[in-house]
Amino acid sequence: MYVAVKGGERAIKNAHAWLAEERRGDPSVADLSVAQIREQLALAVDRVMAEGSLYDPDLAALAIKQARGDLIEAIFLIRAYRTTLPRLGASRPVDTGVMACDRRISATFKDVPGGQVLGPTFDYTHRLLDFMLAAEGEVMPAPQAEPCDAPMPRITGFLDRDGLIGQEAPSDDPPPDLTREPLEFPADRALRLQALTRGDEGFVLGMAYSTQRGYGRNHPFVGELRVGMVAVEMEIPELGFAVEIGEVVLTECETVNQFTGSKTEPPQFTRGYGLAFGHSERKAISMALVDRALRWEELGEDNVGAPAQDAEFVLAHADNIQASGFLEHIKLPHYVDFQSELELVRRIRAEAAATSAVRAVAE
Amino acid sequence: MTETDQYNFAYLDEHTKRMIRRALLKALAIPGYQVPFASREMPMPYGWGTGGVQVTASVLTPNDSLKVIDQGADDTTNAVSIRRFFQKTAGVSTTTRTTEASVIQTRHRIPEDPLREGQILVYQVPIPEPLRFLEPRETETRKMHALEEYGLMHVKLYEDIARHGEIATAYAYPVKVEGRYVMDPSPIPKFDNPKMEMAAIQLFGAGREQRIYAVPPHTRVVSLDFEDHPFEARKGGLSCALCGSEESYLDEVIVDDAGGRMFVCSDTDHCEGRRSQACTEAEG
Repeated sequence: MYVAVKGGERAIKNAHAWLAEERRGDPSVADLSVAQIREQLALAVDRVMAEGSLYDPDLAALAIKQARGDLIEAIFLIRAYRTTLPRLGASRPVDTGVMACDRRISATFKDVPGGQVLGPTFDYTHRLLDFMLAAEGEVMPAPQAEPCDAPMPRITGFLDRDGLIGQEAPSDDPPPDLTREPLEFPADRALRLQALTRGDEGFVLGMAYSTQRGYGRNHPFVGELRVGMVAVEMEIPELGFAVEIGEVVLTECETVNQFTGSKTEPPQFTRGYGLAFGHSERKAISMALVDRALRWEELGEDNVGAPAQDAEFVLAHADNIQASGFLEHIKLPHYVDFQSELELVRRIRAEAAATSAVRAVAE
Repeated sequence: MTETDQYNFAYLDEHTKRMIRRALLKALAIPGYQVPFASREMPMPYGWGTGGVQVTASVLTPNDSLKVIDQGADDTTNAVSIRRFFQKTAGVSTTTRTTEASVIQTRHRIPEDPLREGQILVYQVPIPEPLRFLEPRETETRKMHALEEYGLMHVKLYEDIARHGEIATAYAYPVKVEGRYVMDPSPIPKFDNPKMEMAAIQLFGAGREQRIYAVPPHTRVVSLDFEDHPFEARKGGLSCALCGSEESYLDEVIVDDAGGRMFVCSDTDHCEGRRSQACTEAEG
């Protein structure tokens, strides 16, 4: 006998209680603290801050804990929290040129003023499992050098001086805000960069990779990659000057791309730009490549029909919160739609069967 | 402090509500036109009714009585979840009775009982653009709407007839509103399409796609068809196993391992109403 699906409310409540229990795991194993996540899973925290569009390592760590390590779920928690926060104002543009760099490398010049600083990187490590970590061995402190106070001017500045790289038109227009206005096309570069920096790392990586494999190739060199702390300043109207309200860690990537010239421009290098919260190199480099691919129109290049050149395609599908929500909604009941399809298919099949029966008799 | 105090009434802040209400007014002024709005991230996933929830949050007043249905039923899990959300954040009274509700949020169905003036029906919409699967580009489809260029849609419907002998769209069947805009009625079965000419206000919210549209009361809503292939809101000629209704839309339920089936009303309130009425009549 059919039992009407009642008790949805109790089922939901119990499912959530079970989830809480699963999240905690075996109670005989020590509970993971938010501080431990913040300190020891720092790159996960950085990704959640970047794609959650909220710079708060403690909240990001909490979200990771609550989400059982599912980073997209954690990003979702951060986004849902962020959207409720009041807007007090906008900071001044941060100056990454005076960033206190932990890491700064250029792939275009062997040496540059300020030097090549490797910083804490996975690059050149051998990816061998370190069983010492499983044995909870303590880490030896890294050797320390004197702090380097030399300025680290932007690499693209040197190319700029020689007129070898395309000029970007300066603008004091307030940039559009993706989180306060609906995304509409065509999207200008500021809006595209905004969408890319909060876009899914995997998606942006895939798009960037596709350009490297020939789908809208744009010959990128990492002109510079820098990771470090920058000051955030805000104009306080009552004071009439800007005050520093905090610091954020950013990863910035400027790519230098070949450009063969167009009807209006002589051959020169062009830029792709990537910027993300935290230490997020893969994201920043990917973003720079995709940014460059999306600039085909303003640079007078051909649209070769590559996915990474298609702003509507890239921007409409980069957001993992939108994507995963819509993807997973197909778990919701669809029996009304399915029933109407079922009836349609049955009817069309019955009609087809009747027609072929008539034809068989006729033959 | 209760949960109702921690958030603004109905969760959204008043500035956001004002922005959404302006979009709603514009939508009502241009029936069937998709108004872009700055959809917010909600504490439930995109695709799970965030558009409908934002619209409901913006029109809800403390005296409202809210009904939430999914697939026609009040007790489906997501309907329960959304109803609880508004109980928590707005503290409004809720009901399962179509006639008693002032605001009804729905996914995939229009209630069987006719709605009256003063009621608001809020639809959750996954893909607001009826032309989307014919033309994936928003820039193109907006142009097509602006120019009232709906040839592509008619070609699609014609091709259906050529291939299957009938229009093979069973739900989200496109409609033309007040003789101007072609509109997606959200994925309701086409059985429900004729109900869209109603006395209540119909509001459509698509959160992920950032669009709001509306059908004001007593607006002409015509399902697209051809003179020689007129639109037909049909359903299988069966009746509900619980209340016996022959007019309502039915869900098919598999009841045993042999694939035995029964059919029951998808609108649970309608079904319960008919059964309790039958009981009363039997007793009386």
